[in-house]
Amino acid sequence: MQSHLADGPDPNETAMAAERPLLSGAEIAIQALIDEGVEYVFGYPGGAVLHIYDALFQRGDAIKHVLVRHEQGATHAADGYARATGKCGVCLVTSGPGATNAVTGIATAHLDSIPLVVITGQVPTPVIGSDAFQEVDTVGITRPCVKHNFLVKRLEDLAETIRKAFYIAQSGRPGPVVVDIPKDVTDPNVKIPYVYPRDLNIRSYNPAKRGHLGQIRKAVEAMLDAKRPIFYTGGGAVLDDAAAPLTELVRALGFPITSTLMGLGAYPMTDKQFLGMLGMHGTYEANMAMHETDCLIAIGARFDDRVTGKIEHFCPHAEIIHVDVDPSSISKNVKVQVPIVGPVGSVVTDMLSILRESGGRPDQTALAAWWEQIDAWRGIDCMRYDRSSPMIKPQFAVETLYKVTNGDLYLTSDVGQHQMFAAQFYPFDKPRRWINSGGLGTMGFGLPAAMGVQLGHPDAQVACISGEASILMCIQEMATCKQYSLPIKVVLLNNGYMGMVRQWQEFFYESRYAHSYVDALPDFVALAQSFGHVGMRVEQPDQLESAMREAFAMKDRFVFLDVIVDPSENVYPMICAGKGHHEMELPPTMSERELA
Amino acid sequence: MLVENEAGALSRIAGLFSARGYNIESLTVAATDEASLSRMTLVTSGNDDIVEQIKKQLNKLIDVVKLQDLAEGEHIEREMMLIKVKAAGPDREELKRLTEIFRAKIIDVTDASYIVELTGASRKLDAFIGAVPEGLITEVVRSGPTGILRGAKGLTL
Repeated sequence: MQSHLADGPDPNETAMAAERPLLSGAEIAIQALIDEGVEYVFGYPGGAVLHIYDALFQRGDAIKHVLVRHEQGATHAADGYARATGKCGVCLVTSGPGATNAVTGIATAHLDSIPLVVITGQVPTPVIGSDAFQEVDTVGITRPCVKHNFLVKRLEDLAETIRKAFYIAQSGRPGPVVVDIPKDVTDPNVKIPYVYPRDLNIRSYNPAKRGHLGQIRKAVEAMLDAKRPIFYTGGGAVLDDAAAPLTELVRALGFPITSTLMGLGAYPMTDKQFLGMLGMHGTYEANMAMHETDCLIAIGARFDDRVTGKIEHFCPHAEIIHVDVDPSSISKNVKVQVPIVGPVGSVVTDMLSILRESGGRPDQTALAAWWEQIDAWRGIDCMRYDRSSPMIKPQFAVETLYKVTNGDLYLTSDVGQHQMFAAQFYPFDKPRRWINSGGLGTMGFGLPAAMGVQLGHPDAQVACISGEASILMCIQEMATCKQYSLPIKVVLLNNGYMGMVRQWQEFFYESRYAHSYVDALPDFVALAQSFGHVGMRVEQPDQLESAMREAFAMKDRFVFLDVIVDPSENVYPMICAGKGHHEMELPPTMSERELA
Repeated sequence: MLVENEAGALSRIAGLFSARGYNIESLTVAATDEASLSRMTLVTSGNDDIVEQIKKQLNKLIDVVKLQDLAEGEHIEREMMLIKVKAAGPDREELKRLTEIFRAKIIDVTDASYIVELTGASRKLDAFIGAVPEGLITEVVRSGPTGILRGAKGLTL
């Protein structure tokens, strides 16, 4: 993520600001967003932000406001916009329930390091602490799930605080920043000279701008010495827009590469050097390569528990190189030998130039043997499924989606089996195309996130893959999609169950399906139609492709495709709790299925 | 630690410890000669990896301006204690003697009690508490240790 600090606001804007117009707090809040270059604000009005909404109204189209139907939707939409465009997402919500409703989305962005600025209204400063109407301690509630937050008590501090919020949100390891503004600070009758601060000095905050060259050299040497190397990349590679240098480096070395759920697309997934996702539902070849590697190159990944499996079994033979902009990610869960703190894009670029200067080449004989081993693992065909099933298999649905969209799609996801199937069966060749809640695992994320993606890329194909349980958690946003004519395609893999919960209950609770069956589902086709959209249902495998083609052909319509899938399908392969990468459960073979 | 002298800085630090399951054994905080900064001495425990992670997490907080691990070098630690003891009959003389031995000060006297002020390393304070005859302690107030690194180099901006 590039910092805006170095550039500062546009000089023309600065010149205009030099005239220092008199503005109220509400006007400052809006003007600051305009000066920051904000295109969309996702929000919902309420008492404590009415002054700000009035100032917004009076500025006409200078900023486009998107009225969501629940504040969680606002945060997810801003989040989706940020993930898909690389810009900062912005929300505006009221105090009390407005703020608490936003918390799930703020925490979602926090866990995946997504830059958001969330402006929350607060009760007037004189009544803070008196349990006033719609008062909560927003700064207190959000503190553990933001990168930073502010309570603005003085009008004089407002412009600078908003500038700081954008800078902090987007620099270093990005994250959400909450700016809580009491209503009296936005009083339309109190005006002060406004200037958007060009220079900021946050003495305690200096994110790394470049990695240590000595360490990078050491890393390159280790790569050249490796016999069984592998790249393991994460969301940091996407966030820092490091796809191009990363791809160049991986190709120059000829090493295999795997990725976390969050990093998918930073390296082209259809490339032969890509081994698929790793971790709990990663491929057999990726996880086995992790287990056998002697040199692990971790780029913008954080050794999450869904990725490492049991830590004691993690990469037992490897020297580990870890590049991350956040020093606290390094050696947090796994001890590494070559730590490099820096923006991953710049570090990978430095690695490339050091590699070229050195003129070194990896050991080709060892590498050939390594690839031979990997190809043998690939031969296991760990993602096989029953292609002759009379029911639509969820894997088949995702493969069909890929075929119909030619791989050119922004795909948001909710959380559960459908999320894993999408990650396994839809190979993304570009970053910022696969948008899902990996860290917090927030059901309800997909639909509102897709709104932000579609607004950020109005001409692109955008779809949301979901399950019938997840989609109901933010279903109200179908109204927002109607209001703003967002032609999103919802692909619902409807199996009647909270599929991932059901899978765990089958595996680990002797098939006692406690409350994972979603009874009394709505008729999704009629529901979509009631919101003014197109609804379609598909139940036969041979009708799926034509239905999807029909849906995607409706370029200007929101289409809800209710795909009835096999309720008994499980996500394979799987590393069960307490197991290492080399102890995967593979899908049952044909004969095992027949026995069952 | 030098931290921004702002509302919320303390709760960010305390919140970090509770959220990540680290221990705060003691915490002292007060203003410094520089009005915008507070200085905090925090005592925690854990193996090297945990302490390293605590330091990284603290440094990540926007309000933490500078951090120094005093345990890494020669440092001085001082803690203050105010202790109220029952001082009647023969105990009066015994407690006075104890106060002298520990180079403490009696700062409040009634017919039946003393308040003793004692400053030193935490171990010394523990020793004093241990030395007071059983049953005589009414109240113990300890500041928690504050610390500073020896030598000319300071923890400044």
